[in-house]
Amino acid sequence: MAAAEVGTWTVKKGLAEMLKGGVIMDVTTPEQAKIAEEAGACAVMALERVPADIRAAGGVARMADPTVILRIMDAVTIPVMAKARIGHFVEAQILEALGVDYIDESEVLTPADEDFHINKHEFKVPFVCGARNLGEALRRIGEGAAMIRTKGEPGTGNVVEAVRHMRRVMSEIRRVQNLPDEELMTFAKEIQAPYELVKQVKELGRLPVVNFAAGGIATPADAALMMQLGADGIFVGSGIFKSSDPRKRARAIVAATTHFREPEVLAEVSRDLGEAMPGLEIATIKPEERMQERGW
Amino acid sequence: MRIGVLAMQGAFREHIQSLEALGVQGVEIRHANQLEGIAGLIIPGGESTTIGKLMVEFNLLEPVRHLAEGGLPVFGTCAGMVLLAREITGSDQPRLGLMNARVQRNAFGRQVDSFEVDLEIPALGAEPFHAVFIRAPYIEEIEPPAEALATFKDKIVMARQGNILATAFHPELTEDLRVHRYFLEMIK
Repeated sequence: MAAAEVGTWTVKKGLAEMLKGGVIMDVTTPEQAKIAEEAGACAVMALERVPADIRAAGGVARMADPTVILRIMDAVTIPVMAKARIGHFVEAQILEALGVDYIDESEVLTPADEDFHINKHEFKVPFVCGARNLGEALRRIGEGAAMIRTKGEPGTGNVVEAVRHMRRVMSEIRRVQNLPDEELMTFAKEIQAPYELVKQVKELGRLPVVNFAAGGIATPADAALMMQLGADGIFVGSGIFKSSDPRKRARAIVAATTHFREPEVLAEVSRDLGEAMPGLEIATIKPEERMQERGW
Repeated sequence: MRIGVLAMQGAFREHIQSLEALGVQGVEIRHANQLEGIAGLIIPGGESTTIGKLMVEFNLLEPVRHLAEGGLPVFGTCAGMVLLAREITGSDQPRLGLMNARVQRNAFGRQVDSFEVDLEIPALGAEPFHAVFIRAPYIEEIEPPAEALATFKDKIVMARQGNILATAFHPELTEDLRVHRYFLEMIK
């Protein structure tokens, strides 16, 4: 029998395919991880602090303490993701050694490198990265990201930036589909994306990897909105455990992500959820404090 | 002929594409009333806990079990295999329990241990099947009338019990359509 191959592009990308139509929830303790799993999360993101608290605390945000991550990995059977700083390939090496299932090279943490993202091809563990537009998504995929998510504006409970980023990516994909082949190279140059990946987008009519929505999703309606705009699934960061009834809200967001095209179901699951997380108007956040500006 | 693909969560799109490549229509199933008129049902890969909970919440577990017990062919991949098993080691999560098998979840390890390999599957012919395993389960124990169709390192990774078919790997992620064709032949 032939030898089994691990860490291939197919298995990296494949796990993201299996997460589609699901909700990935930020958790900071094993108890929260269990609540997320019981509510039907398809994966959890293990963190020391949710983005809203990172934003409030200021200072430098780093990879979580491995003890926090390992305790969460022990608590649940669903995949566990964890965040490394942009460009911090040693944090990524540590997360891989811990055995996490996906690494988020994330703008929620303070970037470690202002010029270069991690060379994600070098790892067996797959990576997800944030993007605001098609060029950024394809640059991350070029570096080896096996999954993309919108950046949105994390920790705000305000979906407007996630909507902006998803619409932008989708409209650029539609544009690529309508370009004649001879215009693809110039388009690739304009959006600063690898030519081969631009060609693939034209052939597929979508990104070559799974594309989730993230950054500001706080309600079942927000989740369904992102799904109707074309997201393959949903990340909820602060939106669940900063709300008044995390269990109920988590279940409702899971149901809304499955039944995103059915207003009757959305109306039912949106009832009596208690207070959503407090929201932030994007204009009140100074441009230099906007997490989405991190990375390029 | 229409084949239902359970679309609570997971890789249902890929199964529909595999069916289309075989000239068969695949329809997404999210509610029990959509089960009407389907000739078979596929339960895709995804998270078995998520899919099981949503099947309970939206009243799909009993109707699907009822149809399968009445002879509807059902094919589960990965999470689908877990949901089809009668026993799941160390878990009381919701399931269909249609196959006389005990399944271990994430049995080959975490994502860094996920792998692809050429697998001998005699029921599909001499040519090996390129199988993709992602945080995959395997069958620890099986009882007749369920029977093993393929093993990897002595672990059962494909099995059939009458109208029920299960694989621990993901034929929907590769171009080889033989497993889907095998399932369609179970319908005829």
